[in-house]
Amino acid sequence: MLDRTLIGHRFPPFQVELEKGRLRLFAKAIGETNPIYTDEDAARTAGYRSLPMPPTYPFCLGKDIPDPFDTLHLFGLDFAEILHGEQSFRYRLPACAGDTLYGQKRVSDIYARKNGALEFIVVVTEFKDGEGRVVCEAEQTIVVQRRAGS
Amino acid sequence: MNTIKEFKFKVGDAIPEFRAPPLTRLTLALYCGASGDYNPIHVDSDYARNVAGLDDVIGPGMLTMAYLGRLLTNWVPQQSLLEFQTRLLAPSRPGDCIVCTGRITAIEEGSPRIIRLELQAENQDGKKLAIGAAVVGI
Repeated sequence: MLDRTLIGHRFPPFQVELEKGRLRLFAKAIGETNPIYTDEDAARTAGYRSLPMPPTYPFCLGKDIPDPFDTLHLFGLDFAEILHGEQSFRYRLPACAGDTLYGQKRVSDIYARKNGALEFIVVVTEFKDGEGRVVCEAEQTIVVQRRAGS
Repeated sequence: MNTIKEFKFKVGDAIPEFRAPPLTRLTLALYCGASGDYNPIHVDSDYARNVAGLDDVIGPGMLTMAYLGRLLTNWVPQQSLLEFQTRLLAPSRPGDCIVCTGRITAIEEGSPRIIRLELQAENQDGKKLAIGAAVVGI
């Protein structure tokens, strides 16, 4: 069983820059054809300061830290034991290439289903801008399926 | 893109669907590098078979969600997107053609006007990979 005392655990705060080249690579990976995600002039014409951060990209920001799998390590889990069950985002302010965001991840909940055969870890990451305003919140639910013998 | 300014949709209407290109291993590799999600289950078939006990690599759920994001941002400017959530039901597989659809479930008049949507991503066999919801303010 997962250690319930870790509910409320806060991971080390981190800062991450939204890099133009990385955003272009992300656009290429998801087959994006809208030029605002790759061409700064198109982005500015559409009212953005630079290339906008795409809707699911905050999840990637949480991977740009020294230990991107810190949640697994905190709970002593292996990749093969987990599934990404749910993900949600709440957007407050637009973020664009060149911005630096300040992230803070925390374990917001742990719960079980099916008599403990499945356990769930909810991790919330809040991103703020340099002035402390919330830009967006990302909430990930990780499903833990213990393998036989573990 | 900005045709949404003349909003003619009503509750129950579908928004224009989005069909992703067939999922290739190159796409999985690009997504791995671009997303920073280096879970080997998405790109390393040796790991998928020998450690995870799968037949082959599986696509990342966040790539399916990224396609649902494209469904939304093809329909409205991204600034309009307020909330976006997805429940990942099944992983994609190499070769899958993911089809994303959305339907308006509520319209709340106000400034901005709030549009609620339900979302779905399925593969070419009609298997549901993800369901979700979004809130848009116009």
